[in-house]
Formats: sequence, structure tokens, C-alpha cells
Amino acid sequence: MLTLTCPCCGVTAEETEFHAGGEAHLTRYGPGSDDTEFEGYLFMRENPKGVHFERWRHVYGCGKWFQVARCTVTLELFGAYPAQTTRPPQALQDTITAKRPGWSWNDIA
Amino acid sequence: MSEAGTHPGGHIAHITQAPAQGMITLRGDLSTSAVKNAATGVAAVDMPARGQANCVEDRGIAWMSPDELLVLCPYDTVEANVDKMRATLGDAHALAVDVSDARATFLVEGTHAREVLAKLAPVDLAPDAFVPGMFRRTRLAQVPAAFWMRDARTFQIVCFRSHAQYVHDLLKTAAAPGSAVAYFTG
Ligand SMILES: [Zn+2]
Repeated sequence: MLTLTCPCCGVTAEETEFHAGGEAHLTRYGPGSDDTEFEGYLFMRENPKGVHFERWRHVYGCGKWFQVARCTVTLELFGAYPAQTTRPPQALQDTITAKRPGWSWNDIA
Repeated sequence: MSEAGTHPGGHIAHITQAPAQGMITLRGDLSTSAVKNAATGVAAVDMPARGQANCVEDRGIAWMSPDELLVLCPYDTVEANVDKMRATLGDAHALAVDVSDARATFLVEGTHAREVLAKLAPVDLAPDAFVPGMFRRTRLAQVPAAFWMRDARTFQIVCFRSHAQYVHDLLKTAAAPGSAVAYFTG
């Protein structure tokens, strides 16, 4: 079971107080995009063994969305950061690099 | 130091539905003086810090989220207090709404009160981890709820009124006679 700390209200709780919101940092292709871009936005997802970035909502708590970096193998949480961010903060990427040298995710790392 | 059996029905804690409590949801930028004054002017307590509640009898302010407060006041003063808050807010981008009748309030009292809550919520309720002054929005089994401690042995719980019967039954079950684990009391 995951233990998450919400960066909006500071509460630490296990995952049942939260709701998973899927992969972070999707580009939402809409009108004007081509079929390949739109198909990628709708259907193509990362499925890593290791470092992953996700959106979560503190649904039973403060109600806010935020983003999380975690390891899909060990369930270790590397950190949480605001939803209003299109890339993980550099400090968090450095933390991950210290723990998982050579990691990469999508076009990040 | 077990007091199991001393509560009505032999339950390990005393569970009561509290009388109607005035509750006003106030949303806005909590760092602005308009929003702070709207809350403190009605509740007559200080602004709580993040994750905290300041409550005195049936008045108080609870920190709900980075842009939301729950303001408590006597039930029969809610209407006047909402008007007062709106006057204080003026043109500020904020919202004050009477939610008193949308909520139900319960009290859980006794030495094992922590234990009753700990059976139902994913919250660390150890005596040194959850203390009076803190305010926690979470879930009780399958429904949203919020609680704080009125004193060292009394929890006050707020839930949606439509969940009141469920929460009542849930608390009674978690406090069933003979169900004390005494995890926190030794
Ligand atoms: Zn939160």
C-alpha cells in the first residue's frame, strides 16, 4: 500500500484517502492536432518498471490535485509537487537520480 | 484502566448525535484580510493554522483546504452571520454559504474514543500524533468525514447529513461492547 503526503494540506495518509488520477504530464491534444497526436493522448501511456509520475487527488481530504513521483517496483515515494507544473521540479529529479541512477521517463531525465 | 461497559449499552465509548450546529462554508483566498475578518468576526476565535481548528463551545473555525474554512456558530445565528460575512467580504472573490442542514455532528467520548476512530479512518490516532487543536478531513469507512478533539477524550465528527445514519451505525459498531483493543491505552 502507498503512503502519500499531500503537498496542499500536509496530511500523510495511505492511498485509500486519495484517488489515483493516472499518468502525469500528458499533453492534451485537441482541435487542430493530427490523428497520431490525438490517438497518443487518448490511448498511449507509460508503463514503467521503476520511476513513474502520476496525478493524485486528495479526495477525502482537502480535495486538491497534486502530482507524485514514485517507484512502481518498491512503492517508494520520491516526492509530491503541485498540479500546476508541466515538468517535475529539478530538485525532485535530482533526488530520484540519487536513488535510481540512470532513470528515465518519457522525455524526462 | 479499562472503562468498557460504563457507557450506555456497554459500548466502549459514548456516542451521541450532537444538537444542530451552525456551519458556514467560506471559500476564498485565506491570506486576505477580508476573508480572515469574515471568519474571525463571526466565530470570535483566531484564524487556525493549516490543518488546525480553533473551537470554543459551539463557535469556531476549521481549516478545510488551502482555500476553504468551516466556520462554526450557534445554529440560530447562522442566517445573520452569513449576512455579516458577506458584508465583511464586500467585493472580495469569495463565497459564504450556510451548510448547517447539510451536515450531521457526532460526539465520541471516553478513554477508548481514539480507538473507535482508529478502527474507521486511515489516520494516525496515537496520543502523540493526533492532539486537540488538530483538524482532519478523511473518511470513516466508506464516507467522507472530518473530526477534531474537543478535549483529550472527546472527538467531534462532522459528516454529510445523508450519511448520518451510516456514520451512527458505523460508530456504534466500532464501539461495540467487548471490542476494546486498548492499543492506545495499554
Ligand atoms: Zn490534501
